[in-house]
Amino acid sequence: MLSMTAIAVVRLRSLFGVVMLFGIYSLLSALIFVVLDAIDVAFTEAAVGAGVSTVFMLATLVSTGREEKPSRYSPLLPLGVVVVTGAALVWGTLDMPHFGDPGNPVHVHVADRYVQVSPTEVGIPNMVTSVLASYRGYDTMGEVIVIFTALVGVLSLLTIRGHVTVPRHRTTGPDSRPYPVLQVMAMLLIPFILVFALYVQFHGDFGPGGGFQAGVIFASAIILYALTFGLNDAVALVPVWLIRVLAAAGVLIYGGTGVVSMLRGANYLDYDVLAHDPVHGQHYGILIIELGVGITVATVMIGIFFAFVSRAEGSR
Amino acid sequence: MIQDHLAALQVVLPLLAAPLCFLLARQRLLAWLLTTLVSWGCLAISLALWWQVRDGDVIHYAFGGWDAPWGIEYVVDRLNVLVLVIVSGIAAITFPAARCSVEKEVPEDRQGLLYTALLLCLAGLLGITITGDAFNLFVLLEISSLSSYTLISLGRDRRALTASFQYLVMGTIGATFILIGVGILYMLTGTLNMADLAVRLPALGESRAMQTAFGFLIIGVGLKLAMFPLHLWLPNAYAYAPSIVSAFMAATATKVAVYVMVRYLFTIFGPAFSFTEMHVQLLFIPVGLIAVVFTSIVALFQHDIKRMLAYSSVAQIGYMLVGIGLVNVSGLTAALLHVFNHALMKGALFLALGATCYRIGAPLIDNLRGLGKQMPWTMAAFVGGGLSLIGVPLTAGFISKWYLILAAVERGWWPVVVIVVISSLIAVIYIWRVVEAAYLQERPDDAATVTEAPLALLVPTWILVLANFWFGVNPGALTALAGDAASVLFGGYTW
Repeated sequence: MLSMTAIAVVRLRSLFGVVMLFGIYSLLSALIFVVLDAIDVAFTEAAVGAGVSTVFMLATLVSTGREEKPSRYSPLLPLGVVVVTGAALVWGTLDMPHFGDPGNPVHVHVADRYVQVSPTEVGIPNMVTSVLASYRGYDTMGEVIVIFTALVGVLSLLTIRGHVTVPRHRTTGPDSRPYPVLQVMAMLLIPFILVFALYVQFHGDFGPGGGFQAGVIFASAIILYALTFGLNDAVALVPVWLIRVLAAAGVLIYGGTGVVSMLRGANYLDYDVLAHDPVHGQHYGILIIELGVGITVATVMIGIFFAFVSRAEGSR
Repeated sequence: MIQDHLAALQVVLPLLAAPLCFLLARQRLLAWLLTTLVSWGCLAISLALWWQVRDGDVIHYAFGGWDAPWGIEYVVDRLNVLVLVIVSGIAAITFPAARCSVEKEVPEDRQGLLYTALLLCLAGLLGITITGDAFNLFVLLEISSLSSYTLISLGRDRRALTASFQYLVMGTIGATFILIGVGILYMLTGTLNMADLAVRLPALGESRAMQTAFGFLIIGVGLKLAMFPLHLWLPNAYAYAPSIVSAFMAATATKVAVYVMVRYLFTIFGPAFSFTEMHVQLLFIPVGLIAVVFTSIVALFQHDIKRMLAYSSVAQIGYMLVGIGLVNVSGLTAALLHVFNHALMKGALFLALGATCYRIGAPLIDNLRGLGKQMPWTMAAFVGGGLSLIGVPLTAGFISKWYLILAAVERGWWPVVVIVVISSLIAVIYIWRVVEAAYLQERPDDAATVTEAPLALLVPTWILVLANFWFGVNPGALTALAGDAASVLFGGYTW
């Protein structure tokens, strides 16, 4: 099904259909990750791939139009590159270690310690969180900065407009009709989405979840609000200066945690020294950095969406 | 205490300065001041690191206190300290010049974002260089790439947007290939630490998956370093980016990619696998030689001088690939020296062009006519950088080309020597075009009279020009460092 969706994406000329198929593609991949027992990855893929990125692409479509332009280039060279790459991957992975074999290098080397010792060393039940927030916490900080960089990139191209250009609650004109049914439904849904986001944020130590997923879910609540009530109201709720400050603050919370460990005489991002007991320190550290992740991810997603929609409304 | 954390601070300093700069974005002067101070701090740190590893010591820094391979570590040795010094050095020289040039070329409300992106790009490049972890390298590569796309898109010309998008597509393909390669390596060994990979990979014996990973990594890194014919993104990107961005990126980005290539070939896969089993030199030598000749000739026909220099960069990368492909210590020494020297010469040339753009706008060859009299210092700086690019004795460019020729002679590959000399002659021609326009032609009557560029641009340009001559006259310390690094990398291997 995954490959059928991919082929359909290539063949289809309607961009709207393509965006929908991308969403399906992400959901299917999320299912595969579930089958592979990677619940955290599946969760992220569903939230980011199927959720937010679909909304972003739809927002882009408003300013670009729905149909693909005929390509000026011959498809033969890209096809050749793709076939060679795919063939190389198949050829190269024929002698890869058997899937599910407990003796695989992936299981016996580094991961062994993560599985065996992390509950006592880091002290939290979800090993995925231990690895991404503590053992490889610096990588995760890098990922947060990648997301922050995305906001810098988007803002350097698009400006968020949202205040006072249009009178609020305008009732005349064809495309400013309020949608009462949608608005009431959104008002009912948004509180639950926000609470769920907080649950995912703080439950990441115990079950699947964490700052990335929570941030995206939180952002989706605001995006829903913007979709039903219009950009102006949404910007009144989450002003642009707040987006800027919080996006930077999330990164600084994460990075600042590392600086605190350094000042306390340990290496960068070593949470052991944050409390009297190393395991408690790990708890605090992971909680704080996950909060930083959540704040940056949520505000960056909201900021990017606002920028896209401002552009679309500006071009109308 | 602080000297124990220098390795981490090298990257964390600009990384955390970026969000601060983002908060200051409205105050353009403060944002620039912060960027400049951070770049000086980075240079100080990398010089201190050089001092610590000068006798061959290796610094390890474990993030989060988790020892490698469980955690992520930074490793500083004599190979990457060379790249750290050049990246932070170029940043420390170009960032102070940024304010003047950016005020002229970038809208006011975008300038703070430009400085933020510059800091992120610097942090990413330094991080790629210093890290000892294959996946951490990928993360930092993403930071530096995303910020480069942003920086290029801020160019004055609308074509900057297309150039940035082209680079984004090619760069993303490259990054994906690198990720696939790293993924396969993880599957085979269960580790992401470079030193650990180097121990565990040879134990696998002959493995098709390992060969595939090697192929993906070579192509992925090849896209990033603009290996011919994967260089198509580079000329437009450098031509349409803001001047200061061209100067910084041309001098650093591809050099860091060359370093990554060397790291993978020598440290992770090991020279025995790379050269005896995979014969990567059979790829590098022809590709490098074609790049050297072909792109030099293309450079001859460019009207836009920035584009001309961009094509010349692809040619210079060809020299580095040839140096690696010669598979001997002097060849690798030449490649490493050229990484350093090329950064000096391209930094000087692009900064001189930035000073020209400041006065005349687009750097088309016709606009340069008669400029030698009106902007004597700027044009003299361009000629100085040009001499080094050609490889005239007493300049830095001569040193690296000399080592390259020695290495080729050592192998007995005379055609390589001939081609290196021929391409240097082509470089004479394209630099001469500029000299002829600036000094021997009269300023057209309808052209506006311009004055010398401001000191804020001239001083950094001349620092780089003088560095070209300084390292041309006193190459001792640098060649010793590069030579030691090269012989450690080969570790007694001969082909």
